Amino acid sequence: MRHIISILIENESGALSRVAGLFSARGYNIESLTVAATEDASLSRMTIVTRGSAEIIEQITKQLNKLIDVVRLIDLAESFHIERELMMVKIKAIGDMRAEIRSMAEVFRGKIVDVTPSTYIVEMTGPSEKLDAFIAAIDSNSIIEVVRSGSTGISRGEKGLHV
Amino acid sequence: MELSGAQILVQSLIDEGVEYIFGYPGGAVLHLYDALYQQEDIKHILVRHEQGATHAADGYARSTGKPGVVLVTSGPGATNAVTGIATAYMDSIPMVIISGQVSLPVIGSDAFQEVDMIGITRPCVKHNYLVKDVTKLAETIKKAFYVATTGRPGPVVIDVPKDITAPHIKVPYKYPKKVSIRSYNPVVTPHKGQIKKAVELLLSAQKPIIYSGGGVVLGEASKELTEFTRALGYPITNTLMGLGAYPATDKQNIGMLGMHGTYEANMAMHESDVIIAIGARFDDRVTGKLDLFCPYAKIIHIDIDPASISKTVRVDIPIVGEVKPVLELMMEMIKESSTKPNKKALELWWQQIAQWQAVDCLQFDRESPLIKPQYVIEQLYDVTKGNAYVTSDVGQHQMWAAQYYPFDKPRRWINSGGLGTMGFGLPAAIGVKLAHPDADVACVTGEASIQMCIQELSTALQYKTPIKIINLNNRYMGMVRQWQEFSYECRYSHSYMDTIPDFVKLAEAYGHVGIRIDKPEEVRAALETAFSMKDRTVFLDIMTDRTENVYPMIEAGKGHHDMKLRVAQGSTTERELA
Repeated sequence: MRHIISILIENESGALSRVAGLFSARGYNIESLTVAATEDASLSRMTIVTRGSAEIIEQITKQLNKLIDVVRLIDLAESFHIERELMMVKIKAIGDMRAEIRSMAEVFRGKIVDVTPSTYIVEMTGPSEKLDAFIAAIDSNSIIEVVRSGSTGISRGEKGLHV
Repeated sequence: MELSGAQILVQSLIDEGVEYIFGYPGGAVLHLYDALYQQEDIKHILVRHEQGATHAADGYARSTGKPGVVLVTSGPGATNAVTGIATAYMDSIPMVIISGQVSLPVIGSDAFQEVDMIGITRPCVKHNYLVKDVTKLAETIKKAFYVATTGRPGPVVIDVPKDITAPHIKVPYKYPKKVSIRSYNPVVTPHKGQIKKAVELLLSAQKPIIYSGGGVVLGEASKELTEFTRALGYPITNTLMGLGAYPATDKQNIGMLGMHGTYEANMAMHESDVIIAIGARFDDRVTGKLDLFCPYAKIIHIDIDPASISKTVRVDIPIVGEVKPVLELMMEMIKESSTKPNKKALELWWQQIAQWQAVDCLQFDRESPLIKPQYVIEQLYDVTKGNAYVTSDVGQHQMWAAQYYPFDKPRRWINSGGLGTMGFGLPAAIGVKLAHPDADVACVTGEASIQMCIQELSTALQYKTPIKIINLNNRYMGMVRQWQEFSYECRYSHSYMDTIPDFVKLAEAYGHVGIRIDKPEEVRAALETAFSMKDRTVFLDIMTDRTENVYPMIEAGKGHHDMKLRVAQGSTTERELA
């Protein structure tokens, strides 16, 4: 099952490698990983999307919690949450295709952020499945490049992940 | 007080109460060695190879419970230490390793003797620190000791760039009395509700067994474990790492469990209805094939590390906490409980265990004209009256030492259980002897293992650590040979050495006493001679039966109930007994 593990970690050099190294050393898979500083400069927020049985996910969260630099951690998939990923797609756009891509981007609430006589760049945010759906809806031969940020997420409601 | 980084490091170690540093100098730690030279509180033990430093510090730590301290230079000094760091990590031994590093401005430039020590050690330390600011040095050292010694202990590396220790840069020094780390809270208050459930389950058991491990030794909970076990009257089995936590000679102790554990311990595990695992981690050498592990049992697991719980075996009642307070709470509840252990069921259970014990799984040929390694260990036990600290290397001799030297006290059995590091025994014995100068210290080893850190014989002379090396010389890497005999139709691929040094001459060359023993009747006298030489390191090179195997054995892929046993005295063929 897919899980989104959100981590607050000390903003120290090497913190990312401790997390990434843990996954590779123990044979856990990472679907995506994002990391950036938070409003508190001493902390980074890391979001990892991973898959595994309940036992594996339990081990992953326990092993992550064991890292000295990890301050707090939650599995977002366990409660109501909002998940977003940013994607930019460079697409061949010539003739009739130009209108089609524009309307398709509109359907998916994307924005065209770069235009040349033969290409568009579409920017889109949303849950990963929505971005997958957009890619699937476009003729694969017309896609020049896809850049995705990896998922990040936040829990709904009053509770928050902080120190 | 203003001090240089080097002085701060040394003074911090003094303020931390460090007695010994095991180390080896080099370019990146010259400032540190200069500061060490100018003080008298800490004794530096100069090893002959950095691996030796880590194992010696490890032996010191295992036998005392205090953290071992290592000092090595950058590059090869640091990488040589890695095996010893991983050894300590796998067995949760508190150590602080200070490695030199090239100066901050040249880090990342492939400078002379530069290696990414933080990256290399990351998977085999509890934590590591690169010091980038001399004003943070003292605090970092305090944190390192705090992390290494609390919770589930483990090694912590502090990588110190050379410019941080420069003599001309002085900063105010104050060693913190305590530190707190917001992301690290090692002490967990055990959950009373869980403990209550565990006690209820335990007292309802018909075929209970206590399975205790190294966590009891590390958690200084031998006394509590002993009281707990005696109060219940249940059988107890210890893991390789837990030997000595409960007296081995006590009648409730049914021996070690696992791959080379006793038949009775493994059968009792298999047939049990309630298991309480205390400070043990269901290691693969303990469980055998997981699908076949303890099919009838409900399992209670006490461990300080939540990640150890349900890692390999799902447990029914997990209890996260330090072994000692958990056992104390359990004892209280047992005393208060109106339910008492089921006497009748227990009587039947002990009768069943007695039948398994009657198999006499540790029998061996006592009439052989060849020296049987098991006999040597029995004699070692007798000559040292069971009071020695015994270190070992890894292989058959390690298993024989574990099987035939019953340890009645914790911290007496010093071996690399998790990583299985050959070369551990000799330097570890030096560390033990420094910590316990008046005690008998024996290193049980083999002719292959001993050669992996043999250079430390020189260290043993320099620091006058009179240890006794019991070299069970079977001219084979015995455990490899045994597996090749059982699983590879006796194709002994590279499991022997065509050239083996004359260990007597070698010991003498290093300034020690060497004695070669060829006949069984010489063993006892040689051991007595060795242990009577209180101020000499003695190397006993004992020519043992080449073909002897470690029995009983759970072969790979089998369960506890499926042990390979020795058939009869004098025979090395075997039968399956299910």
